[in-house]
Amino acid sequence: MTTKSFIRILRATIFLIGVVFIVVGLFRAEHLEVMNKAVKICLECIGIG
Amino acid sequence: MTRDASLKRHDRFRFLCQLSAAALFNGYAAGFAKGRIFSGKTKLLCVPVLNCYSCPGAFGSCPIGSLQAVIGRSGHGFPFYVLGMLMLFGLILGRLICGFLCPFGWVQDLLARIPIKKAALPLKFDKALRYLKYVILAVFVLLLPALLTDRFGVAPPYFCKYICPAGTLEGGVPLMLLNGELRKLAGVLFGWKLFLLLVILVSAALIPRSFCRYLCPLGAFYSLFNRFSLYRMELDSSKCVGCKKCEQVCPMAVKVTAEINSGECIRCGRCRAACPEGAISCGFLPLHEKDDIRAIERS
Repeated sequence: MTTKSFIRILRATIFLIGVVFIVVGLFRAEHLEVMNKAVKICLECIGIG
Repeated sequence: MTRDASLKRHDRFRFLCQLSAAALFNGYAAGFAKGRIFSGKTKLLCVPVLNCYSCPGAFGSCPIGSLQAVIGRSGHGFPFYVLGMLMLFGLILGRLICGFLCPFGWVQDLLARIPIKKAALPLKFDKALRYLKYVILAVFVLLLPALLTDRFGVAPPYFCKYICPAGTLEGGVPLMLLNGELRKLAGVLFGWKLFLLLVILVSAALIPRSFCRYLCPLGAFYSLFNRFSLYRMELDSSKCVGCKKCEQVCPMAVKVTAEINSGECIRCGRCRAACPEGAISCGFLPLHEKDDIRAIERS
């Protein structure tokens, strides 16, 4: 297998995994968890703890 | 156009991109006016950069904060959604995100313009310290939220809590200035974070992009994609005369002629602008027919 072919396969694989991960995450409502955290002031992030 | 003029024009272009990105990611002006954060639906999405979601202006979620939030919640979850987004960002752009989009990267670039003598760490120390960002990614972002929880099984975002200077600069400082109730709660932790922020900002004035080089976990993650991302750099060895002007202007001290798609490269493009022979290209370039990418990079 040439390096060029390997890189193409690698890119396609990572793209596929990324898309699958996002879809799985949406089904598990992880985006809502992200939002739930993001819409409240993160006291740890701003140094209050 | 002389090379100096070309470099200045490129720097101006990049400045505008960074300014636009900062305004896009943190453009909620009402947040700064009222001392509160945005709570709209765009916070379902992670921005590709290190950008605290507690910044009063932030429209989106910080990917590093979100990773820790999902990993550290009760029951612990594998962060499919956030990781999937990060993988796509990394695959498409690699560390171009660091060079053109990251607001904290922009702050460091501005500080690096201060006309003071720049420092450089001894080579061996610099090389070893570059691995620290991977340790921070593994330990503070991934392992500690998964393993070190409170009695309810929930973990704080360790990187955000103890290290992240973007959170302090973009979230902590504005909110403390704008919100008297929050100001009363500031204690030792805020003092530590403020101290760390100052150290990082001072070091960025002395060593360009020092946070990106040694500490940023998001940069560490994206660096894994630089070698095969769709956006890439290319060195035409037939044009390169070995003058090393590219390396002289590189803010990340990358050995450009040896490893042009190094994981340390933030794709700022200064090398391309500085090259007198036009030997460096960057963009969504096709892979060459010649098999070995390293041969193209190294000549």
